[in-house]
Amino acid sequence: MSTCDPSDEVARCFRSDGGRTVATLSRLLGDIDLAEDALQEAYVIALERWPRDGFPTRPSAWILTTARNAAINRLHRERTGREKAQRAALLERALPAGDAVEDDAMTGVPDDRLEMIFACCHPTLSVESRIALTLRTLAGLTTLEIADALLVTHATMAQRLVRVKRKIRDTRIPFEVPASERLPQRLNDVCTVLYLIFNEGYAATSGDRLVRRELCDEAIRLCRVLATLMPAEPEVLGLLALMLYTDSRRDARVAPDGSLVLLAEQDRERWNRAQIAEADVALEEAERHHVLGPYQLQARIARVHAAAASATDVDWWKIVGLYERLEVLQPSPVIALNRAVAIGFARGPAAALAVLDALPRRDLDGYHHFHLARADALKRLGRAGEAVAAYEAALSRTQNAAQQRHLRSLIASASGG
Amino acid sequence: MQYMLLIYADPSIPPRRQAEDDALFEAFQAFTNEVRSSGAYVAGDPLAPPTSATTVRVRDGKLAVTDGPFAETKEWLGGFLIIEASSLDDALEVATKCPGTKYGSVEIRPIVNM
Repeated sequence: MSTCDPSDEVARCFRSDGGRTVATLSRLLGDIDLAEDALQEAYVIALERWPRDGFPTRPSAWILTTARNAAINRLHRERTGREKAQRAALLERALPAGDAVEDDAMTGVPDDRLEMIFACCHPTLSVESRIALTLRTLAGLTTLEIADALLVTHATMAQRLVRVKRKIRDTRIPFEVPASERLPQRLNDVCTVLYLIFNEGYAATSGDRLVRRELCDEAIRLCRVLATLMPAEPEVLGLLALMLYTDSRRDARVAPDGSLVLLAEQDRERWNRAQIAEADVALEEAERHHVLGPYQLQARIARVHAAAASATDVDWWKIVGLYERLEVLQPSPVIALNRAVAIGFARGPAAALAVLDALPRRDLDGYHHFHLARADALKRLGRAGEAVAAYEAALSRTQNAAQQRHLRSLIASASGG
Repeated sequence: MQYMLLIYADPSIPPRRQAEDDALFEAFQAFTNEVRSSGAYVAGDPLAPPTSATTVRVRDGKLAVTDGPFAETKEWLGGFLIIEASSLDDALEVATKCPGTKYGSVEIRPIVNM
């Protein structure tokens, strides 16, 4: 019997295994809400019993068994139909109670997080719901933390989570890794959710802060878990590398006053070399599979930047080539825009402006980066008046306060110069 | 678990030529046969068009019977299919094969066992 504080021990158990236990119970019950309630109950029981009876040698297995029993009791109590009885029977079969709680069968807590990720990122759920649910169940964020991170009210987020959990239960969204014929599309859906969580943290679409790092950290953490669980998927490794390369620059990207520092002006000493090294390893591992995908290509672009000793050493021709390949795999006006920007660095502002003005204006007009890219090219060409107009167009198309401040300073310097 | 597939027709898709109509009819027959032979089929039939509909309401104890559907809707219910499936993924796979997805939409709803 250990002497440490029981509440500390319960909290430790929750942090280290809470997500896995919810995943296992959810898969067996098909009901995340019920799984969370049962787990909660198990922690309450642990707080009561552990100080009295001593700590179990395998606390996580103890918690899972106790939560399992709590779920069965709830199902029997609330039983209104065949359905619930079947679920209870399934749970009893899948996680046999055994005589002792610390039966050998319970030594390891099974890892059902992969099944959980696929359920949470199911294509029949709205994208907002997928993001919120993934953060709730897999990252273990509280409703309040998710609401704050995604800038919605607590009540809205609570309601969104209740609805999506109900939909999973009522429509019986499966907790399973999809069959191989469905896997590529479904894995792509999962990667998209992780990528959106990262992007929301990195390039916050609105709000005051430029980076909400807790979202970036969670996205990277979840992607590492996904890469561990599916080690043979090159795009998962590509996504991990992309996030790490991007995140390695986050400290250098924000000036002390909170304003944005562009890539070319960043202090490369402040790039996180450990993250870059981890990204290099992940991308090399991905490339060993010889199946190129959009995330790997974006990671390769990020690697070119990371490998350059200074902003003037960046191999822009290589980047232009990578964007061209990306456009073939994933035609999109935003990728075309990025290619145009790279051409600007490789061949100069006149070439960039020619490419930018040839892009489909209708698709890009609402996008502030498009106007920013035009403004930069115009400024470099000495067409100050047109540059200011383009900066103003960019300013009117972003809600992010830090980006707005950055654009106002650009307007001021372009008008003054 | 049972799911109902509600097959909606979209009137904004212009009238088809007779040949297309025949092809659609055959596609629906092939689809129904496939569902039957897979063992998932529970029930299903097409419905007569909404011009044949009668809507019944009782308000404050008074019966009101009106001609036609309740409201002008963009899409109208053209038929239904009830299937047995083990998860939404399996139901989704059946629904995706339904020819109705090409000319309107198919809504999947779990049937609640009372």
